[in-house]
Amino acid sequence: MKNLNRRDFLKTAALGAAAATLGTKSAKASEKLLSEDRLGVLVDTSVCVGCRHCEWACRLAHNMPSPALDYYSNPTVLKEFRRPDKTALTVVNEFENDKNPNLPIHVKIQCMHCDHPACVSACIVGALTKNEDGSVVWDDGKCIGCRYCMVACQFQIPTYDYDVSIDPHIRKCDFCTERRKEGQLPACVNICPNEALVFGKRSEILRIAKNRTKRKPDIYINHIYGESEIGGTSWVYIAGKDFNELKMPPLGKNPAPGISEAIQHGIFAYFVPPVTLYALLGTIMWVTKRRNESADKDKHDHHSDSHDHHSDSGRDPYRTSGHNTYRDSGHNTYRDSGHNTYRDSGHNTDKDTKGDNL
Amino acid sequence: MKPAPVKHRFFTPGVIILAVLALNGLIFLAVRFISGLGAVTNLDNNTPWGLWIGVDVAAGVALAAGGFTSAALGHVIHREHYHAIVRPALLTALLGYTFVAFAVCVDIGRFYYIWHPLIMWNGNSALFEVGICVMIYMTVLYIEFLPIVTEKFMGKVNLPGFLETFNEPADKLLRMLNSGLSKTMFIFIIAGVVLSTLHQSSLGTLMVIAGQKMHPLWQTPVLPLLFLLSAIAVGFPMIIFESLIASRSFKMKPEMKILSRLGSMVAPILGVYLAVKIGDMFISDDFKYILKFDVPAWMFMAETGLIIIAFVLFLSKETTRSPGRLFLASSLVIAGVLFNRINNFIVAYKPLYDPVAYFPSFGEISVTVGCIALLVLIYRAVVIYFPVISHK
Repeated sequence: MKNLNRRDFLKTAALGAAAATLGTKSAKASEKLLSEDRLGVLVDTSVCVGCRHCEWACRLAHNMPSPALDYYSNPTVLKEFRRPDKTALTVVNEFENDKNPNLPIHVKIQCMHCDHPACVSACIVGALTKNEDGSVVWDDGKCIGCRYCMVACQFQIPTYDYDVSIDPHIRKCDFCTERRKEGQLPACVNICPNEALVFGKRSEILRIAKNRTKRKPDIYINHIYGESEIGGTSWVYIAGKDFNELKMPPLGKNPAPGISEAIQHGIFAYFVPPVTLYALLGTIMWVTKRRNESADKDKHDHHSDSHDHHSDSGRDPYRTSGHNTYRDSGHNTYRDSGHNTYRDSGHNTDKDTKGDNL
Repeated sequence: MKPAPVKHRFFTPGVIILAVLALNGLIFLAVRFISGLGAVTNLDNNTPWGLWIGVDVAAGVALAAGGFTSAALGHVIHREHYHAIVRPALLTALLGYTFVAFAVCVDIGRFYYIWHPLIMWNGNSALFEVGICVMIYMTVLYIEFLPIVTEKFMGKVNLPGFLETFNEPADKLLRMLNSGLSKTMFIFIIAGVVLSTLHQSSLGTLMVIAGQKMHPLWQTPVLPLLFLLSAIAVGFPMIIFESLIASRSFKMKPEMKILSRLGSMVAPILGVYLAVKIGDMFISDDFKYILKFDVPAWMFMAETGLIIIAFVLFLSKETTRSPGRLFLASSLVIAGVLFNRINNFIVAYKPLYDPVAYFPSFGEISVTVGCIALLVLIYRAVVIYFPVISHK
């Protein structure tokens, strides 16, 4: 399966004009790569009973240490609001149900697998990839641990191992890519006893979500969270309560990386602005240099012997003129000619400072 | 008057204090590298970036901007009377960027993969652009500094013992290097200015992607422009600030002639910066957030207020003539830009879920302070050994 990032890599590697054309093409191609058949999961919060078996299955599937399954039936854990961390890629939180206090709402959280992921756009080394199947995955071999993905993520999902110095990981739900390769369902979907999680093509699960919300307006509010939030996510939610109150961030419809990438590509635009700036500065330098040189020439006419050195070093924009004379002559000459040059360059710096000191 | 090593002893009571601060920082650094970021910092999954990114990296890059603004003034626009400040500014930029690169190594989790961005590219990432530009620019700065090294040793190569036979070839090599650098230096100087323009602005793009996690007072699409303008604006005040401190510390006469000229250029740049910053607030209608009078509002007023006061001060000729006032006004600009970077990267970043608001730990502050102290010490050592500062 091709992934977006390889295309992006090509795009960034494009240096010349020809390569830049290639870049334009791959940028367009990456839009197309959001496959119509990409996958997703519908989280029906009104069906979830908060058994937290998904948390257990997730740990198992990712070889993370886990207490025995019995532990997960302890309801007190649900009393506090939890977030994914290095011990859990997914967690279930409980919220009050205004309509029926005996049936609290449970919301499972994990990576949303955005269609236009900010983390993928942000990652300095392209360690995060949006795959054609919809999943967003992290590459252990590339990550440098800068945590910019965490800054960028609009759902605040990626977590980091703050307690180790060597080989810290960025952790987040990987949509059980390994399991799916073997033809299995994602671990959480697989274990969910109530079918609160529906796995399938994103288009299909959106259809199911619309059906449910339309058919049972007494249970669901008319909002499929993730359908259009920041350009759409692979995981979508339906609920009987405003998503704000379920601590899902209120987000607009524009993809998160949109503005940032527009600025970035505007500044670079196939290296035209930087190269133009370089040429412009070069021209200014050349012009001012020539002007100074001709000004110098007028004043140096009677100094014909030292003048040669000056025109030599005059092409050198960095050194104060006169340094090169050292090469040809002894120590004293160096000092003297440097001294003279300064005075002769027409700015009187030396003289003035001397005057100050007297 | 030309650059020469400063004749002054290295150790003073101030130097001892700096050394103690540096040592304290190094101890916490050791803990960070042994036990991970969590052992020293208050960073967590809610607040992934803190003091080290906000101050060491973001403010560090901004305050090292004197290197490219002075190079542009002295070499590109070719105003020779500024040459006396080009070398100190270059040294500051060089040390500043080295410090930034070091701070990045300290902050990133997998410091041993720091080289990855060189071969693993993501052109969509503002951070990638900043990283690459900073790496190249740092190389350029070291190249720009090389002539100062060759100048120091040319004709004075004196190797000990049996190495004596190599004196001649070493000297030849230095001369070759020196003349080669002389002829090609303009390439690096222009490259340095272009690279600085690029990454100073891209540093502003960094936080744009944080979207609604950024406080609206700072979140604006013109952030890159604001970052570039403020970096340019802080360049000269930083040079003035350092030059005056160096003169005082080494008991030399301040270069008021040059510093006044530099100072007179600050007000217009600050004016443009303020115009864009405040103009953008009218467009995005952000004034309502100031009226909340919460921490971000006060911090915003602080950074903007500092710049406005500095702007007013720099408008007056009196300021640019007196070393004391020039120092004060320059310090205000530096503080304003420092506040701005802290605000952008720390204060403005409001996590979605955060039970405990971030405040830097003692360890984080120690490392930052320690690194700055170390930087000052290295600067001191370099100007005592190499011909950097122009004086009698």
